[in-house]
Amino acid sequence: MDLSRKPRVRLIFSRAMDIAVGFVTLAALVPLASVLYMVVRKGAGNLRWSMLWELPPAAGMDGGGFGNALVGTLLMVAIGAAVSVPTGILTAIFLTEYSLGSKSARLIRFCAKILSGLPSILAGVFVFGVLVINRDLHLWGWNFGGFSAIAGGGALGILMLPIVILSAEEALLRVPRFLREASLALGANRTQTVLHITLPAAISTIITGVMLAVARAAGETAPILFTALFTSYWISSLHEPTASMAVLIYNFSSVPYDNMVNMAWSASFVLIFIVLVTNIVSHLVANRSK
Amino acid sequence: MSPTSPTSMMDESIPTAQTDEVVVSPDASASSSTVEKSVRLSAPTIIDINNVDFHYGANKALHNIHFPIKEKLVTAFIGPSGCGKSTLLRCLNRMNDLIDGTRVSAGSIKISGVDIYHPSVDVIELRKRVGMVFQKSNPFPKSIYENVVYGLRLQGVSDKARLDETVERSLRGAALWEEVRDRLHTSALGLSGGQQQRLCIARAIAVEPEIILMDEPCSALDPIATVKVEELIHQLKQDYTIVIVTHNMQQAGRCSDITAFFYMGKLIEIDATEKIFTNPSQKQTEDYISGRFG
Repeated sequence: MDLSRKPRVRLIFSRAMDIAVGFVTLAALVPLASVLYMVVRKGAGNLRWSMLWELPPAAGMDGGGFGNALVGTLLMVAIGAAVSVPTGILTAIFLTEYSLGSKSARLIRFCAKILSGLPSILAGVFVFGVLVINRDLHLWGWNFGGFSAIAGGGALGILMLPIVILSAEEALLRVPRFLREASLALGANRTQTVLHITLPAAISTIITGVMLAVARAAGETAPILFTALFTSYWISSLHEPTASMAVLIYNFSSVPYDNMVNMAWSASFVLIFIVLVTNIVSHLVANRSK
Repeated sequence: MSPTSPTSMMDESIPTAQTDEVVVSPDASASSSTVEKSVRLSAPTIIDINNVDFHYGANKALHNIHFPIKEKLVTAFIGPSGCGKSTLLRCLNRMNDLIDGTRVSAGSIKISGVDIYHPSVDVIELRKRVGMVFQKSNPFPKSIYENVVYGLRLQGVSDKARLDETVERSLRGAALWEEVRDRLHTSALGLSGGQQQRLCIARAIAVEPEIILMDEPCSALDPIATVKVEELIHQLKQDYTIVIVTHNMQQAGRCSDITAFFYMGKLIEIDATEKIFTNPSQKQTEDYISGRFG
C-alpha cells in the first residue's frame, strides 16, 4: 500500500486557499492594530496619573486632566444600564418564556433588531426632542428637561436596550428545554422555573451581553453631544450639563492647543482601556460558568 | 428437596393442566406467574384513559386510545418510533401543554377518578402527583442536595431537618445514597450518566408522587447503569405506579407487569407482559416483538 504524499491539484489548491485566508485575516487586523497602535503611542506617552482626577485646563494652559469626564461617562453609562438592563432582560424573558412564537413576540423581536441598527445620533436627537428641549419637564418631582446626565444616560439606555434584549434572548434560548421541562414536571410554575432554573443557567451569558452594551455605550459621542452637552466642571447634580470622555475627545481633538490635543489622545487611551477591561471581565465571567 | 425438582414437576404437569399461555414459559415461576398475572390484571385502576384522540396541529397523533393503567404495577409502552407512546405518556401529566398547537381532541384521562383535562384542574398539583423522569438525564446545574429538594422548595418548605430527611430518603429510594452521601453539596453535573438519571428519579420521588412516568429512562445509559435503574424500578413499584416508555424490548420484558404495544398512534394490544412477549394475540405485535419491523 502506497501512502506517500503526491502532488495533486486539489492539494495545491487547498494550500493556496490556506495562505489566502491567512493573508486576508491579517489584512482584516490591520485597521484594528493601527488604531490601537496610534492611540497607545500618542495616548499612553502623555498620560499622567493626575489626569484621572484633575479638571480640564483652560484654553492654552498647561496641565489639567479629564476627571470630570471620566466620572460623567461612568455615571451616564450607569444610568443607561439602570434603564436598559432590567427592561431588556425582562423583555427577553417575556419573549422566550411567556410568548415564544406568538405574534407580539415576533413584533417585539423585529423592533429590537431595527433598534439595534439605529444610528446612534438618532437616539440623541430623540432624547433631545423629548426631554432636553422641554426646559421644565417636571415628572415625579424631578426635572427631566435641559441638558443633563439623565438625558445622556437615557440616550445611552436606548442604544443599550436592543443589545441587552437580543443577547439575553439568545442566552435564554440556549438554556436547554429539558431543564425547563424538569422544573415544570416537579410542579413549578413558569415564574418559578424562570427564577430558579432558566435565569441562573443563562445569567453569565446575559452578563456578557450587558458588558458589550456597556462597552458600546461608553464610547458613544453623538447621543451624548445632544443630551448631556459638556462642561469643564465637576458634576454637582444629575440635572445639569455633564462632561463625558467621548465628547471631551471630540472637543479637544479639534483645538489648536497641543496640551488639549495630547489630552484627547490620553482620554482615548483611557476609554479604550476601560472598554478592554469590560470585555475581558465579561469573557472571564462567561468562561467561569462553562 | 433439590431446587430443581419442583420445576421439573411443573414442567410435566402444566401442559395438561394449564392454558397454552403458560406452556411457552415453562420455568420455575410459570405457575406462580399465572396466579400473579390474574392478581395484577385485577389490581385497581389508577389512570383511566378513555377514547383519547390527540392532535399535533392538524396531525392526529393518537387514535381512540382506551385502556386502564393499574395501581402499583409497572406498565410499559412499546412500539416503533413515532407510534405515539411518548405522546401518550406526556398526556398523563400534561407536559404536552407546553407544546404549542397540541390538544387532547377527544376522550378523557382520569386519574383516581378526576378528569385531568378538566378546566378546574390545577396542572401544578397534577404534576406534583404525577412525577416524570426523562429520556436524557436532566439534573439542574445545582448541587445534588438542591436537585433533590427542588420540588419541596417550590412548595415553600424550608425546614432544614425535613429537607435533610427528604434528601436521604429520596436518595436511598433511588439507590444513590451510598454513592453520594459524602458529596451532597457538590454539583450534580459531576455525577456519571447513570447516577444523574438516578438523581432525577430521586428528585421525582422527593415530592412523593403517586405515579412516576419514565420516558425511555435508560436509553442514554450503559448496560450496568441500566441494570441499576431497572432494579430500582422493581423496588419503586412497591410504592408507586410506574409507566415506562421503552424502545428496549428486553427491558420491557424484564421490568414491566403489563405491556401496551402501540403502532401508528393506535393501541394494538395490551396484556400481561409475559403474554405479550410469548403469545401476543395480534399479528402486528408478534411481528414487532420478533423484530420483523420497527
